[in-house]
Amino acid sequence: MPQVTFTAHLRRLAPPSPVEAVGDTVADALASVFANHPLLETYILDDQRRLRRHIALFVDGERARLADPVSPGARIAVLQALSGG
Amino acid sequence: MTPPLLVGTRKGLFVLEADAADHWTIRHHAFAGIPVTITALDPRDHTLYAGLNHGHFGVKLHRSDDLGRTWTELPAPAFPAAFPADEPDRPAPAVSLLWSLEVGAEPDELWAGTIPGALFKSTDRGTTWRLVESLWNEASRRLWFGGGYDAPGIHSILPDPRDPRHLLIGVSCGGVWLSPDAGDHWEIGGAGLVAAYMPEERREDLAVQDPHRIARCAAAPDRVWMQHHSGAFRSDDGGRNWTRLSGLPVSDFGFAVAAHPTDPDIAWFIPAESDETRIPTSGRLGVTRTRDGGRSFERFDQGLPPPPAFDLVYRHGLAVAPDGQRLAMGSTTGGLWTSYDGGERWHLANAHLPPIASLQFAA
Repeated sequence: MPQVTFTAHLRRLAPPSPVEAVGDTVADALASVFANHPLLETYILDDQRRLRRHIALFVDGERARLADPVSPGARIAVLQALSGG
Repeated sequence: MTPPLLVGTRKGLFVLEADAADHWTIRHHAFAGIPVTITALDPRDHTLYAGLNHGHFGVKLHRSDDLGRTWTELPAPAFPAAFPADEPDRPAPAVSLLWSLEVGAEPDELWAGTIPGALFKSTDRGTTWRLVESLWNEASRRLWFGGGYDAPGIHSILPDPRDPRHLLIGVSCGGVWLSPDAGDHWEIGGAGLVAAYMPEERREDLAVQDPHRIARCAAAPDRVWMQHHSGAFRSDDGGRNWTRLSGLPVSDFGFAVAAHPTDPDIAWFIPAESDETRIPTSGRLGVTRTRDGGRSFERFDQGLPPPPAFDLVYRHGLAVAPDGQRLAMGSTTGGLWTSYDGGERWHLANAHLPPIASLQFAA
């Protein structure tokens, strides 16, 4: 099963990383995590379920999009842009 | 006794309390590091609400039942999924800022105004929200545009205390809107407003006006005050018709305005130099007050920083306590001041807060 790691900035809301997910795409895998953590979804996706502008997704170390496929052993990372002052 | 102050800043929400000697101390600091854009206190059940803007992680809403000590996160107002875009080549809307929060007519009822310019309603203490589609579907909304932000936004929501189903809202830049029935129907107000930033033939269009902030006298709700992008205005009929005020001593540009809760002839403005610079005129932070309905004005700066000061007071950065004598003012430079004599003399409460977006007395 894909494994998802969330940025430490979301540790208050996210389950301990990595968390096991279910799905054939990044979006589906994340949705399987959000099912148990509904508020977490609003931190990653906007009103229209689009990836928030300053969130970055990686699959096995490569930048990825929500629609990208994931293999059963994929490692998905959810990061955010670094903040200024 | 002075009520506590709720201060929304770039780096979290501060609850400050004053002792008998008027020393203000920070009682709680919630959401450290996260911008707090607006607060609301429901006087009926003493629930405190805070709107946050995480930036990366979006807009959030939290509720406290113990005046800021502990918080519960709630779903923030949001457009329904798969909501249609205004234009085929534009993205579907998503809330980017919670800019106003106001208690409604019924118990547990709340209003939220956002950027983009949408109004949301909750009937369960903010647990769920519904877009007020009647306003979103107003045809003239296509004329609205952003003022200081990419999209228009609702910053003032003013229920009429005589019948809180009667609403007055202010949109930057989309004018003044009135609803007689808790948001089911709308009519546009704002006759008499003049937008100097528009081409000459469009300056009196109602739907392009930029009210920076609107304030209403609670005891005489037909008396409403406005700091507009292009001047200070007064309405005597609840926001339908407006008269531009003249004779302000420094400048009639600014963002904040406050209305006396019981005396309809008293209001306060905080002038800034111009829309091009948005700093105090001549570097001198001051407060302008009228006590005769806007026929004459006084200016006060005793206790405020000497020039050159660069403190700007945002739309929600000026508050009046229910006694009409105690005021508080917070700036983009993180200065917080209070007055106990109707704004004539000011006292520094804290010089080193983060930039202040909103403040209110917890009363």
